[in-house]
Amino acid sequence: MATLTIDACGLRKRYGSRIAVRDLTLQVGRGEAFGFLGPNGAGKSTSIKMLLGLVRPTGGSALLLGQPVGTREARARIGFLPEHFRFYDWLSATELLLFHGRLCGLKEDVLRRRVPRLLERVGLGTQSSKAIRSFSKGMMQRVGLAQAMINDPEILFLDEPTSGLDPAGRKLVRDVIREQRDRGATVFLNSHLLGEVEQSCDRVAFIREGRIVGMYRMGAWQGERTEVEIKASHIEPSALERLAGMACDLRLEGQLLRLSLDGQDRLPGVIRCLVESGAEIFSVIPQRVSLEDLFLKMMGPDPGL
Amino acid sequence: MSDNAIDEISGGLAANVPAEVTDAWEAETPASRGPGAARAVLLMARVTFREAARRKILWIAAIAGFAFLALFWIALHAAIKSSVRMPVIARHEGMQVMTMMVLYAGSMLTSLMAALTSCDALAGEIASGSIHAIATKPVSRASIVLGKWAGFAGMITLYVLLVEGGSIAIAAIEGGLVAPHSGAVLGLIWLQAMVLLDVTLAASTRFSSLTSGAITLGLYGLAFVGGWIEAFGAVRHVPTCVNLGIVSSLIMPSDALWRRAAYLLQPPLLGAAGASPFASSSIPSHAMAIYAVLYAACALILAQVLLASRDI
Repeated sequence: MATLTIDACGLRKRYGSRIAVRDLTLQVGRGEAFGFLGPNGAGKSTSIKMLLGLVRPTGGSALLLGQPVGTREARARIGFLPEHFRFYDWLSATELLLFHGRLCGLKEDVLRRRVPRLLERVGLGTQSSKAIRSFSKGMMQRVGLAQAMINDPEILFLDEPTSGLDPAGRKLVRDVIREQRDRGATVFLNSHLLGEVEQSCDRVAFIREGRIVGMYRMGAWQGERTEVEIKASHIEPSALERLAGMACDLRLEGQLLRLSLDGQDRLPGVIRCLVESGAEIFSVIPQRVSLEDLFLKMMGPDPGL
Repeated sequence: MSDNAIDEISGGLAANVPAEVTDAWEAETPASRGPGAARAVLLMARVTFREAARRKILWIAAIAGFAFLALFWIALHAAIKSSVRMPVIARHEGMQVMTMMVLYAGSMLTSLMAALTSCDALAGEIASGSIHAIATKPVSRASIVLGKWAGFAGMITLYVLLVEGGSIAIAAIEGGLVAPHSGAVLGLIWLQAMVLLDVTLAASTRFSSLTSGAITLGLYGLAFVGGWIEAFGAVRHVPTCVNLGIVSSLIMPSDALWRRAAYLLQPPLLGAAGASPFASSSIPSHAMAIYAVLYAACALILAQVLLASRDI
């Protein structure tokens, strides 16, 4: 069995003179939750649609579970929750799942067992016979999540799955991602809610202007730089001069000294320098670089899209 | 991608799934290529048909159809009652004229129904994105189009049987008028609606719902005018007008199908009436009916190819 579930190499999409995706090259493994991030217009939706076979690439190639994207063999083993999940709202939740299950080629006895279980899992057990048109946006999202899992997919693509969900719904999505990952499925998550991605994903890729500009294991970026905030008094200019040689970046704002260091191992030296210069230290707080900080850094100035 | 920004991909791949989990998966999830083409078509047809029923399109159309038939029945009954003293041949001719007018109105109704109910079928789902959840399932896009077509074709068939078949039945029950070639007439009117349905589906793979409906109705109007021009040209012996009419029928054969149906139905006196929707001055040939069948088939194939080749 192949370890790679998604293997894209140089995928490219051009619409006339506009290039939506320049180079999508990524590999995702089995049992991995993979976050896919980028600003509006970066090419995220087009990338996902190419992987799903909804959009035909103009260059490059990609395999899902060892099969070329878009083939029926590949589609039989994936699940997809679109960003704006719309469906025949005159169906009930049960009818919707039965229809999608049948489209996946599932047998009736399998569906009879699986549909109530899935609706229960997404919190719609008591709403199963109601028409979807009476559902709130959050309930629509939940039923959409259930349809994406109807065939026990090996790759689950979730495009903004927490959009419209309340905190309980968001927790449900996180739990579902964890469950899917634990059973060995790959989860490909596209979300603007970076906190959700940070909590759910093993790895994350950033896309900008149609190209992947960074790919990290979750939290791995913390090791590159250590931001420290030191509250101290009586900091001598000579101490600042010495610290400037030890830090990548240094700012003093009143009693707050902010430093950017090449790794945490430089921190004891900084403190020693301050103490030896006669400064009085009240607190030393290493600053954690959140995914949002990293996102903003990777994406640069807001283009206002 | 900058080197320092990228984690070690090979190391980053989660090889954290125990072999027993993946092995069990293979056992629990047998490889499937989906439901098979015929089953997929049937599923899409059923959901299309049920959508029309749940959205009350089917029932409103049925009520309109029954109202149409009731109106005809009452009018025919009154006409027969008022003409008891007329010669039998004149009375018979009058009933035939009335029946043909009703069938003509019915054919327009079914044609409009075919175009207006189906123009949102694919265009609406593409615009709303609801097709995404379906097209990512293991079914071919051709099956999606064929399923939609089958659903609408089923509805239109029922509608032709109700409105046109009902009209022929009422004429027989109330007036004792046995319409000649009634099976062929129903077939031609059904084919007319199918041609319009297929063109609408093909258009709705690439254009919005409104534009698709406008394209079909525009072509229907072109064929309608072309039919009149052809009949006029035949009566006045103007070859250019006849040729224009033929060309318009080749572009959209809907009116030619009606004119052939009218020819099969019409009484001799009405046939000699000159340029009218019932005139026999320019009768489309049997070959035109075969052309219409091929036209409808090509439009349906085109719809499948256009949907399969586009980004959605």
